[in-house]
Formats: sequence, C-alpha cells, structure tokens
Amino acid sequence: MKLPCDVAEKVDAICSSHGDDPGELINILHEAQHLMGYLPEEMQRMIARRLNIPVSKVYGVVTFYAFFTMTAKGRYPISVCMGTACYVRGSEKLLEEFKRVLGIDVGETTPDGKFSLDCLRCVGACGLAPVVMIGEKVYGRLQPVDVKRILDELE
Amino acid sequence: MKLSTIEDLKTVRMQAARKLFLREQSDRSTGGDSCGLESGTARMQVLICGGTGCKASSSHLIAERIRETLENRGIADKVDVVTTGCFGFCEKGPVVKVIPDNTFYTQVTPEDADEIVTSHIIGGRRVERLLYVDPKTGQSVSDSKHIDFYRKQMRVALRNCGFIDPENIEEYIARDGYFALAVSLLEKTPEEVIEEVKKSGLRGRGGGGFPTGLKWSFARKSLSDTKFVVCNADEGDPGAFMDRSIMEGDPHSIVEAMAICGYSIGSGKGLVYIRAEYPLAIHRLKTAIAQAREYGLLGENILGSGFSFDIEIRYGAGAFVCGEETALIHSMEGKRGEPTMKPPFPAESGYLGKPTNVNNVETFANIPVILTRGAEWFSSIGTAKSKGTKVFALAGKINNVGLIEVPMGTTLREVIYDIGGGIKGGRKFKAVQTGGPSGGCLTEKHLDIPIDFDNLLAEGSMMGSGGMIVMDEDDCMVSVARFYLDFTVEESCGKCTPCRIGNKRLLETLNKITEGRGTEEDLKTLSVLGNVIKDTALCGLGQTSPNPVLSTLNHFRDEYVEHVRDHKCRAKQCKALLTYSINSTLCIGCHLCAKNCPADAIIGDVRKPHVIIPDKCIKCGMCMARCRFKAISVY
Repeated sequence: MKLPCDVAEKVDAICSSHGDDPGELINILHEAQHLMGYLPEEMQRMIARRLNIPVSKVYGVVTFYAFFTMTAKGRYPISVCMGTACYVRGSEKLLEEFKRVLGIDVGETTPDGKFSLDCLRCVGACGLAPVVMIGEKVYGRLQPVDVKRILDELE
Repeated sequence: MKLSTIEDLKTVRMQAARKLFLREQSDRSTGGDSCGLESGTARMQVLICGGTGCKASSSHLIAERIRETLENRGIADKVDVVTTGCFGFCEKGPVVKVIPDNTFYTQVTPEDADEIVTSHIIGGRRVERLLYVDPKTGQSVSDSKHIDFYRKQMRVALRNCGFIDPENIEEYIARDGYFALAVSLLEKTPEEVIEEVKKSGLRGRGGGGFPTGLKWSFARKSLSDTKFVVCNADEGDPGAFMDRSIMEGDPHSIVEAMAICGYSIGSGKGLVYIRAEYPLAIHRLKTAIAQAREYGLLGENILGSGFSFDIEIRYGAGAFVCGEETALIHSMEGKRGEPTMKPPFPAESGYLGKPTNVNNVETFANIPVILTRGAEWFSSIGTAKSKGTKVFALAGKINNVGLIEVPMGTTLREVIYDIGGGIKGGRKFKAVQTGGPSGGCLTEKHLDIPIDFDNLLAEGSMMGSGGMIVMDEDDCMVSVARFYLDFTVEESCGKCTPCRIGNKRLLETLNKITEGRGTEEDLKTLSVLGNVIKDTALCGLGQTSPNPVLSTLNHFRDEYVEHVRDHKCRAKQCKALLTYSINSTLCIGCHLCAKNCPADAIIGDVRKPHVIIPDKCIKCGMCMARCRFKAISVY
C-alpha cells in the first residue's frame, strides 16, 4: 500500500524537524502515528529510509511499545481499563461483554470500521472504577449490563 | 519577567503571597461559620480539582459554569476561581473547596454551580447536600480537616497539590518555591547540598528505596564533560497514579528539584521521561518548564549564579520495563527499552554513554522541601531506616479511593480503616496488594506492621512506587496472581530467558488452575519455578515478577489447594469452576433471565420456574445480575 501524497509529505516534514536523528525515533513515531491513527508498514519503511536505519529497527521499536499500533483504529476506539483497581472491580467481565457484543477480540476493529477494542493500564480515575474510555470520553462505574446501551447510544 | 537575583525572587514571593494569604489563613483555621459576600466577606476563592479523576467527571465544566455565574452576577472581581491539582479524595470527586470558610464540597456536578454561587458565595449559606457525610456519625462535615480521610495524612510531597494553581509559577514561588534552588546555587557548594540530602535519609520512591544522596554522590564523582539528570515519570504500575498527580498538581517542584540535582552532580541538562498516556501531566509540565525559563529559573546563568540548566521532555510509549533505569535510558535513545546488566551503573555510563542520575517523580518532589526545612526536620518523620512520608494510590474494594500521603511507619490498618474508611459494602477484608506487579499480597495478620521499605520486603511484598490495592472476600487470590502474571508476560521485554519463558510457564500453570485443570503437582511447579526466575532474571522486572504468585501461594495456600483438589473457587471468580442454578421456589417465571441470556441457555414457560441448561451456559452471570427475585445462585 502506498501512502497518500500529503501524508508522505508530512512524514518527511516530521523527520526533518527532528534532524533525521535516529535517537529521536520514538518522538518521530509519536508524531507520525497522529497522522493516520496508526503506523502502516509503508510509513515505517519511509521513516527508516529517512533516518538511514534498517526498517527492522523501526519495526522492532513499533512492536515493542504498547502505544504504537499497526492496525487502523475504529471511529470509536474503545479502551477498557485493565489496571488493578479496575480489575478488582470487575473490568474483566466488562471486557468480555464488549467482546461478545461487538464480536471482536482485543486489538481488532469491527468490519464497518466503527469500533475498535483495546485494553489500557490505568487512566488514573480509579475512584470511578471500572473505567472505559471511548475516544476521549471516560465512562466510569460501568457494569456489563450497561455495555449494550452505551454502544447503542453511539450509533 | 526574568529574575536575575534572589532579591527579585523575594519580590515575586511577596507579591504573590497576597493571593495565597486567604488560602494559607483558612488552611490554618479549623472550620467555623460559613461566609458570603453579603455578610461582609471581601474576597472569596473557589478551588476546583483539575486532576485526571475529577476531570473525567467534568470538573472543568464546573469551573466554567461557576465563572459564568459569577460574571452574570457581577461579582467576578471579588471571587477567584482556581483550578488546582488533585485533592486526593477521588472517591468523592469532583471536589470543590470554598475559601475562606474552607468548605469542602464533594461529588459536585456542573448543575450545582449556580447554587454554590447564589447560596454560599453570595448568601453565606453552605450547600448542605454537597457536604461530605461521615458514614460513622451520619453527620455532614464542612471542613476537610475533620474528614477521617485527611486526619492521619501528612502532606510533604503533595504539599502543594490541591492548594495552588499548578499552571501559575507565582503561586509556587509564594509557597517558598525555587528558594531551595536559589539558596543552593548562591550559598552552598554541590557537596553541601548532597550532604544535606544524605542526612535527610531520603530513599528512592520509585520502588527500590536506594538512598538518594548516595546516588547523587556517585554521579558527582564520575568525571565527564556532560552529565544528565533524568526524571523517571514512566509510571507503569497499573492502578497507581502518584507520580502523575504530583506532576499535574505541583510540576514546579519537579523542575526545581531537577535543577538542584543538576547543580549537585555537575549537570546542565535535565530530561523528563514521561508516559505519552498522561496528556494532562505533559501539558502542566511543559507549562511549568516554559514559565521557569521565562522567569530565568531555567536557562543560562540562573539568578546570577553562573549555573545553567535546562529541561527537555522525552515521551515513553507504554512499556512497563522502561521504569527500570537502564531500559529507560535506552528508550530515551530511541531504542527498544531493554535493560542491560549493571554495572556499569547509569551514574558512570548512562544516557548517550554519559554519567546519568535517574530519580523518580516523588523522590524529586521531596527535594525542595528537604532543603528549605532542613534534613533534620525530614529525618524526624518516619521510621529508623525509612524517613519522611510515602504517597500511596489507594484503590480497589475500599470506601475512600484516592491519593494519600502518610508518614513512614503508619500501619496498614490505619491506612485501610482510618483513612480508607474500610472495605466497600461492609465486606470482609482479605488482602492488600502493594508494589504492583513486583509486589505481593499482605493479609489480615500483617495489618499492624508499620509500613516502610524493609518491613514490606521482609513480608514478601515491597513498597514499590506506591500502588495499594485492597481486596475483599469476593476476590480470588489465584485469579489475582494470574492477572499480575498476565501483565508481566505482556510487558516482559524478552531479552532474558527466565523472564520471557519462565513467566509464560508460570502463567500457563495459573491458567490451568483457574480453568479447573490444575493438580497439586502444579503448586510445586509454581513455587520452584518462581524462585528460579527470582534468582536468575536480568533486571528488576524479572526478578520481582514471581512475587504476586509466591506471596499468594504462601499466604493463601488453602485457596490454591481448593482450586486443584476440590475444583472450587470460594470467591466465585473462576468461571470454569462455577455452576449457576435457579431456585425453583423463588423463581416466578418472569422470563427476564431467559430474555437476557446471551447463550439461550435458560428455558421455561412464563410464570413457571425456569431452568439453566448447564452445557449451554457460558457463565457470564448476566441472568443473576438481571433477576429481581434473587432466584439465581452460583456455587
């Protein structure tokens, strides 16, 4: 897959703004991921070329860190908090329910591109546990029975 | 405005002190009558928690609405609205405090803004329904000082959180901010500063508990043209939010402490390694750094001392192992965050091969106050070998979830029952987990142990960064151990075999047990393998990763035995070991359970008792949650 022209230009600009320095790779990837919401293979190849490092090195970093992803997220990215505080207040059952209702596993996106499901470790709203983030919005004190209603509201 | 001498700094402090006077004064007083503009109070302030927890409950909208209402009433010039850092009482958030009568409102919504302004700020009558109600007495409490949650706390690292506007450097200066830096630069030698930190007995708050002054002296001794000061703000412990709250509530204390550290070890460059998942903390820290530069408290020739120092931010990308200092350094260099053998220690060869001193956020937050109030004051707090206070993120099955700070030596019982208000729903306490994925579970019999680095370690847990998760009788300890192992396996960097493969085998064994396929032989495997990993893994993550398993195996052996011998889970958490059934005398045949069953596993005619088909049941518990007649039980 080839990158759209404007995206490729922006990747170029990001690399230059960091002086094409391989030491800045993580910062570059952060900014690059903002462009499309994920880091497709072609983007990684391009960054590797610019920084003059093997693409395996870029790939190695991308797959090492949880924050970077190689799959496109849904329009409503759902993140279920799996921090300990949420876990002991039942976030695992919540996650099961999301999986069941959406019919996808963690790390996947629904075929219509609407929802994607992920886990995260602690948003810091432990007083509201268990917590789910959908986009930027935090939903607190959720029960499995609430899941369907929330998803329906986003229709 | 660039400050070029300590006199300039004193002038700023004097001017800003006026703004804080109202707050300082009401902080010293112990409650009293409420005030309002109508009854003659000249100035009032509204403090609104802007921490992540309260923001998630729309505290920013509360601030907006209060400002709007004040504008509309034409009293905006008499009332300051200040967004502060975390008050700590997250369970009852969003929190709003009214000064000068020190009224503490809990669980405020944007819709309450009008009433707070009209009734309280103008009319001088507190909004009773928003006050905290003491569950023991049933009485409402107007002042945070009289709330049990705050009574036994001692705020040192959190001294400014919930008190000042973190985005206003002058409020920080008014609290003697940057004076520790100024005095160090102008009146002390680097050795004297290090000596003071050593004397205070401060130990690293990131988990290990290494003496901070000693660490600084190592970095000082390394000879190099370039050295680095690194602040480890990669708080990865799931369920812990101490460091983030400090950065959100008092970012200048970190900036100041890093500059002091730079002066002490002979470094002109600071780096903060922070999680990219902490947008608010990043924003506040960036603002603080920019303000410090503007005021000449970072940059060239700080306050005419000839010392120059600046700070840059580096982003983590979500890897727990990067909390380990060598891994963190590799990550800052743009590489995979894999740890390396020590020695060489970062103090000799760290970031870009140069001497590097890494300290955690909370450790840094203690530095300015140690230098202003003196090492003796600091070392008078705490136990023989652990000085000062510790911040904990108290969470789990506890009434008062929140951020707390207590003197070292406080017992777990005081933390859980006095500050935490006991177990949620009056259930029975089972265990408390400290130290996150590297720590262990402590039980009823450990409740009276004074909390400090060495005591927790002796009991098979550890202080860690300060996560404290309380569990009740509904928590299955085997599942909890499995939960932590699941985390470690996911976060293991894969470099050393014991951690990469050993932990995976531990997890598989735990899965086997929770799925009802375990044998007593498996319990032996867990123990032997766990100890091997402990002894042979490369870094701190691997060496401590079996702790959750070993400590639960040690303290809750009977629960493990029940799982493998009787195939029972007493906490009713392990799905595979459960059976759901409908009590035919209680069931009225309303059909609600059958309608909600995702597996169509419930059958029965309307108005007749229903039954669950065991083979079809996926044990999701949906039926039990929906049944209004308590007719469904699980065993």
